[in-house]
Amino acid sequence: MVSAQALTKLFPVSDSWFGGQKSFVHAVDDISFDLMGGESLGLVGESGCGKTTTGKLLVRLIEPTAGHIQFDDGTGNSEDIAILKGASLKAFRKKAQMVFQDPYESLNPRQTVFDAVSEPLRVQNIGGPADRIDKVSEMLVLVGLSPPSTFLFRYPHELSGGQRQRVVIARALVVEPTFVVADEPTSMLDVSVRTGIMRLMDDLGDRLGITYVYITHDLAVARYMCDRIAVMYLGKIVEVGETEKLLSNPQHPYTKALLSAVPVPDPASTRDPVNIKGGVTTPVDPPPRCRFFDRCPIADNFCRDNVHPPLEDKGAGQFAACYKV
Amino acid sequence: MPLLTVDNLTMHYMTREGPVRAVDGVSFSVEHGQSLGLVGESGCGKSSIATSLLKLLPDNASLLAGSVLLDGVDLLPLSEREMREYRWDRISMVFQAAMNSLDPVYRVGDQIVEALEAHYERTRQESHDRVQELYELVGLNPEFMDRYPHEYSGGMKQRAIIAMALACEPDLIIADEPTTALDVIVQDRILREMKEVQRKLDMSMIYISHDMAVIAEVSDVVGVMYAGKIVEFGPTSEVFDRPIHPYTQALMSAFPSVVGEKKELVTLPGEPPNLAVPPAGCRFHPRCPFATGECMTSEPPIVNRGGHWAVCWNPRNE
Repeated sequence: MVSAQALTKLFPVSDSWFGGQKSFVHAVDDISFDLMGGESLGLVGESGCGKTTTGKLLVRLIEPTAGHIQFDDGTGNSEDIAILKGASLKAFRKKAQMVFQDPYESLNPRQTVFDAVSEPLRVQNIGGPADRIDKVSEMLVLVGLSPPSTFLFRYPHELSGGQRQRVVIARALVVEPTFVVADEPTSMLDVSVRTGIMRLMDDLGDRLGITYVYITHDLAVARYMCDRIAVMYLGKIVEVGETEKLLSNPQHPYTKALLSAVPVPDPASTRDPVNIKGGVTTPVDPPPRCRFFDRCPIADNFCRDNVHPPLEDKGAGQFAACYKV
Repeated sequence: MPLLTVDNLTMHYMTREGPVRAVDGVSFSVEHGQSLGLVGESGCGKSSIATSLLKLLPDNASLLAGSVLLDGVDLLPLSEREMREYRWDRISMVFQAAMNSLDPVYRVGDQIVEALEAHYERTRQESHDRVQELYELVGLNPEFMDRYPHEYSGGMKQRAIIAMALACEPDLIIADEPTTALDVIVQDRILREMKEVQRKLDMSMIYISHDMAVIAEVSDVVGVMYAGKIVEFGPTSEVFDRPIHPYTQALMSAFPSVVGEKKELVTLPGEPPNLAVPPAGCRFHPRCPFATGECMTSEPPIVNRGGHWAVCWNPRNE
C-alpha cells in the first residue's frame, strides 16, 4: 500500500554566521520499506533518530529531499506522493492523516469539539452543515465519546487528556483515511487511560481497514500496537521484523541494547547490563560508515572501512543492517 | 527507629473551586538505607507529598494536619529559617525538570561549588575537589565541570543535578520522575548509578514515578497512590505479586512489558476523579469492578497482611 524508496530528508544547518559551506542534519537517510494494506508498522528509536520526520514525510507534511513514496489508495491507482502539489496533494490528505502526540497542544483552545472534528470536512468540502453535525456525532460515538450531544459544543479545557486524544483521533478519522500516522499517541496519557486509547485505535483499524504507522519510543507499547517493528538509529532503519520475533530474538546490537534498557514491571526479574558505549553521535554530516560504529560492542575494522551496511535478511523475514550478525 | 515517619499528612490547595485535597491523610515511613517508590498517575498527589516534606509549597497550598518526623524532629512546625538547615543537608531533591534549572551562563561545576559554599565553610579548592568526587560518583567526566549547560546532553545535566543533590551527603534524597524525559538507554544508566550511589552512601530514597517498571526496579518498598491517598503499601515484591487493592491490580494489568508472555491489557473504565469534589467513601469506587454498597458511602478500612497493607472493603488475593 505504501512503499518508501530511498527516502531522505536533510535539514541544512549553517556552521558559520556568514553562510559559506552548508552542513546537513541527516534526519532521515536513505530508508526504504513497504507497508501492506491493513498492517501496522511501529517506528521505534530514541529521540532524534528520525522517526517523527519519517512519519511527517509519509503523510507529506514535509517534502523529502530525495526518494519516492508510492501510495496505493486501494483502487489500484498508485502515485508518487513525494512530488504531489496543489489539488492532488489536497486530495491525498483525504486518504492519509496524522495523529499527534500531545492532545493538550494539538487542539485549538478556542475551537469546540465540533469545530475541531468538522474542520477537515470543511477543508475538503465534504457535505453540508447539517450532514457535518451527523458525521461528527457518528465519529464521536465511534471514538467512545457518547452521547455526542454532551461533547459537541465543549471546549478542550473542559475535557480530560484521554477525551482530548479521542477528539484528536476523531478529527483524523472523519475524512475516512486509509492510512494514519500516529506520533506517540499515548505517551502523554496515564496508564489507566492509555490502554483504552490503544484498544480504540486497534479496533478502529480493524473495523475501518486502516493501515497504521505508529511512532513510539516505548517498545512495550509497540509490542501491543504493531504487527511489525522498524528500529531507527540516526536516520537509518537498523532492523525491521515481525514484532514478537524482533523482541524475542533481536539481531542488531542496537536493538539488543535498546531492549535490555527497558525496565521490566516485575521486581523478580533482572536485566542484562546495556552493552553499548557513550551517547548518540551527531546527525550532522555523519561519516559514511555504519551509523552505530562509535557505540557498537562488536564493530571491527571492516565496519570502519565500509559504508553503512544494507538491510539484509537474517532469516525468518527479519532484516538487520549489520555486517557482524 | 525509621529515618522518616510521616503521619496523617494532609495538604490542600486552595482554589476558586474550593480546596483540592492533593494529599489526604497520608502515613508511611522510610527506614535508613531503604528506597521507597511512590507510584501513581498524574494528579494523584505524589509530587505534592515530595514538596510537602520539604515544605517547598506554592502560596495557595496549606498543610492542614499531620507530622513529618525526621530522626524524631517534626519538620512541619519549623520556621522557614530552621527548615533551611534541613533542606539539602538532610533531605535533598531531584525534580523532573531539574535539568532545565541549571543556569545557562555559569559553568556547571561552579554552580555546584556555589551550592556547597552556601552550606559549608570551605575553601574554593576544597569545594572544587568535592565536586570532582561527586562527578566521578555519578559517572560524569570531571573535565566537564568547566563546561556550560548547553554543552551537556539531557542525561548529563540530570547527572549533574543528582551530583548537586548528593553534595551535602543527605540522609534522604527525594527523586521525582528524574528520568522521565530521558531515553531508555540513558534512563537505564542513571537508574543503575542512583541505586549504586544510594547503596554506597547508605542513603534513604523516595523515588516518585508513574512508571510501574521503573518502580519495580528501584524500590525496596512501594506505596501506590490514588486520588491523594496511599491505597496500598508494602514490600515491592509482595505488592507486585499479590496486590490487595483493585487499583493496584488494575495498574499492573494495564502495564505492558517487553518480556514474558504477551498478556491481555485490561482497560480501567473512567478517569481519575477531580480532587476538588472527590467521590464519597472509597475514592476509587466509581472505577472499581468490585465496588459494593459500603464502598460508596464509607471510607474503606485498612487490611494489613503483615506489613503489606491496603485500604479496601473488598481486598483481593486472600
